[in-house]
Amino acid sequence: MRKTVKSATAALSLAALVSGAALLPQLAIAADAASVEKGKAVAWDRKGGNCLACHMMPGANLPGDIGPPMIAMKARFPDRQKLYDQIYDATMLNASSRMPPFGRYGILSSDEIDAIVDYLYTL
Amino acid sequence: MKLKKLAIAAVCAFVAGSVYADKKTTETTPAEDVNTYRDYFMKRFPGVPLEEYANGVYAIDKVSRDNWEAVEEFPPYEPMIEDGETMWNTPFANGKTYGSCFNDDPAQRKNYPHWDDARKTVVTLPMAINECRTANGEKPLKYKKGAIANLLAYMAYESRGQKPTAEIPNDDALAAYNKGKQVYFARRGQFNFNCASCHMQSAGQKARADILSPALGHTTGWPVYRSKWGELGTLHRRYGGCMKQMRAAPYKAQGEEFRNLEYFMTHMNKDIEFNGPSARK
Repeated sequence: MRKTVKSATAALSLAALVSGAALLPQLAIAADAASVEKGKAVAWDRKGGNCLACHMMPGANLPGDIGPPMIAMKARFPDRQKLYDQIYDATMLNASSRMPPFGRYGILSSDEIDAIVDYLYTL
Repeated sequence: MKLKKLAIAAVCAFVAGSVYADKKTTETTPAEDVNTYRDYFMKRFPGVPLEEYANGVYAIDKVSRDNWEAVEEFPPYEPMIEDGETMWNTPFANGKTYGSCFNDDPAQRKNYPHWDDARKTVVTLPMAINECRTANGEKPLKYKKGAIANLLAYMAYESRGQKPTAEIPNDDALAAYNKGKQVYFARRGQFNFNCASCHMQSAGQKARADILSPALGHTTGWPVYRSKWGELGTLHRRYGGCMKQMRAAPYKAQGEEFRNLEYFMTHMNKDIEFNGPSARK
């Protein structure tokens, strides 16, 4: 029994070693996909970002139209930090903004905002 | 490319529409405020006559209005008007009635809210009702719903067609008005909204599927049978609900803050008829 486990582990290690180079970038992509998925979940959650209250996002049912639609986000925000800041506290750029300061008022954590940025960049 | 242009146009419209909200409360006079307030909506919804704003979101959205008119065929608040009339006519334990506090006339809506200079405070109709009760040895009613809403429904019904004045007779009254204006325009809560964020800057736009109603006329139709509540409620109940939605700690119904707010808003709505009770989504 122990032998089987050992040999299985050895086989796995060997496989990992052999395919290691190829596996690494795949892992990185998988992490991004997880972050995008998390970002979407937080963005769409009514008790999270609740972004759909005001913003159209592709695939959403009956989104609001108070804010601009979330499309072409990479073209509109080539600088990732600016997009992050806009979610963190939109009143920094425009004092009259109606957008809640999600980061500054602790509605979302910085990890959650980062994940939302990852998601927005896919739109 | 087309999408990108659309997105940029939307961003521009968003920024242009948001200049209004951040004003100092004491820089302008009430008369100027009334003009600014009206002009804002007249420009935002061209062709909607002033008196139509008594009907909230139904003044500006055809589909909602059709639904609402169907609801008004058999008004859900009708039994409450009758209950309120019974209250009006039923003597207190001491034999007197509400009429003894209100000149035997239930059509009192036009007189409230008003500035009481002796007491240096804004007196609202629900407050006057409870003061009538306590003066006659009765317990005060709860302010948000139930019996007081029924009595208000009857009194509002009898007052339909009256116009609010909410006159500001002196500097003390002006101070209360400005405090109400401050409550209206101060950002608050975790969402950092003020009343104008939704009901001026975003009036007519959609929060998910809900069309945000214009602020102009907001005080005229109370009490309201709100489908979401499934019952009748008072203006200050709604104020509290609004504040909760902003993730702010709500002020007390009939506390000084909300009475000042009602005073300010009623002043903004002068010349728009009282039309309560009414039905809302």
